[in-house]
Amino acid sequence: MSEGKIRVLVAKPGLDGHDRGAKVIARALRDAGMEVIYTGLRQTPEMIAEAALQEDVDAVGLSILSGAHMALVPRVLDLLKKQGQGKVSLFVGGIIPEEDVSALKEMGVAAVYGPGTSTQVVAEAIRAAVEKQTA
Amino acid sequence: MRPKIDPLDLAGKILQGDRLALARACTEVENDTPAGEAVISSLFRHSGQAHIVGITGSPGTGKSSLVNRLAKEYRSRHANHQVAVIAVDPTSPFSGGAVLGDRVRMRDLFGDERVFIRSMATRGALGGLARQTNALTQLFDCAGYQLILVETVGAGQSEVDIVRLAHTTLVVEAPGLGDDIQAIKAGILEIADILVINKADHPGADATERSLRMMLELSHQRPKSMVYHHHNTGEDSRAAKDEEPEGWLPPVLRTVAIENRGVSELLDEVAAHRTWLEANDLWQSRERQRVRADLQSLLQERLFSAWRTAQPVDLLEVMIERVMSREVSPFEAIEQVLSGRG
Ligand SMILES: Nc1nc2c(ncn2[C@@H]2O[C@H](COP(=O)(O)OP(=O)(O)O)[C@@H](O)[C@H]2O)c(=O)[nH]1
Ligand SMILES: [Mg+2]
Repeated sequence: MSEGKIRVLVAKPGLDGHDRGAKVIARALRDAGMEVIYTGLRQTPEMIAEAALQEDVDAVGLSILSGAHMALVPRVLDLLKKQGQGKVSLFVGGIIPEEDVSALKEMGVAAVYGPGTSTQVVAEAIRAAVEKQTA
Repeated sequence: MRPKIDPLDLAGKILQGDRLALARACTEVENDTPAGEAVISSLFRHSGQAHIVGITGSPGTGKSSLVNRLAKEYRSRHANHQVAVIAVDPTSPFSGGAVLGDRVRMRDLFGDERVFIRSMATRGALGGLARQTNALTQLFDCAGYQLILVETVGAGQSEVDIVRLAHTTLVVEAPGLGDDIQAIKAGILEIADILVINKADHPGADATERSLRMMLELSHQRPKSMVYHHHNTGEDSRAAKDEEPEGWLPPVLRTVAIENRGVSELLDEVAAHRTWLEANDLWQSRERQRVRADLQSLLQERLFSAWRTAQPVDLLEVMIERVMSREVSPFEAIEQVLSGRG
């Protein structure tokens, strides 16, 4: 029997055009020993939730540069909850104003990371959050 | 970390079409847990219906893009059928992690509840699939999926596992990748039931087709069943009874996945191959080969671990030391172990 790996969905919602940041974090999480499902650009909240379901992930990381986080994040959280994945930890990366950060956390986002955060910090936070999840 | 799984509950939900239950069962099967085995065992009588189609070929030839189109085309033809996609990508040998990126090319399947895509890391296996890919295929079969598309890693040289798993194997090539010689060396043409030249919009498709057809004629002298025995060192020689008659010449098809060209014809060939297998009793004999290989490797595994746990001391470690110090050869070591003189 092999031990389970932490499975993380990394997605880039919104309409803005590049996914460099998302790819960097995907590779960093791989290097931290996780299995990263990478879904690419322009994902709708519905697409993200559907991929999270099929892949039965432990965590979801969203890279949001468009400024649309206050619209996108609650929608993803809501869909995850509705489909029975309320325990999945949601992480957000991007340029998020301070007041929105606390609002997002209140909604249930595990952590929010600005540009320049060490990828190691992110990987550790995901690992810790997943280990805390219980039945 | 993960909630405790009740396999019978999961199995019941899967039969009712609960997709989260199916996803959770996939995880258990992938992790090779007793719960995963129990789910498959309790649903096994429902299986045996799925057409398992392998898609192999070098990275970048367009396998994921083709899977996307094939699944979509199949669903437009079969309104009530379900399609599963298992997309395998390599695990990093350094970290044990993986980036599984095939879904990027499968966006068009979003919104169709009768399509289920699951990404899978090899977790150290070398034959182009993960060790548990076979079991995951069984799970989808049990869950009532009629078509299961399995995309391999596509490392080229060692994509042999897929032949044992799939009823129908597609080998995807693309012009200009300079890998047709590679493919020939790897004997990849011999595993193809259908050859696909994708990216036929690129220059060089004619040349690629010419060289493929030439190699195909040369390699067609050899019946496909030899491939099995070739790579199956552990396989029972009785499998040789399951010889395949001649009569299927692998067609060569051109596609442009990004423009959905040639995809309908490709799906026609996939269906034709299934019909041919059934008409020649090969559907059953391939199934039998797979079950035999499956049982054999399970038996090896279980016997070994039963033997190992039954030893008062770790005999294997003792023998490793004796062989290392050249006290005995590996053959003598095993001889002594098995005759109880270890
Ligand atoms: N020009 C062209 N590009 C294609 C075609 N099929 C796929 N691609 C592109 O080739 C790249 C690799 O495709 P992908 O499906 O990921 O290949 P895989 O690695 O074999 O799964 C992507 O950028 C695709 O958009 C095609 O028929 N023509
Ligand atoms: Mg691919």
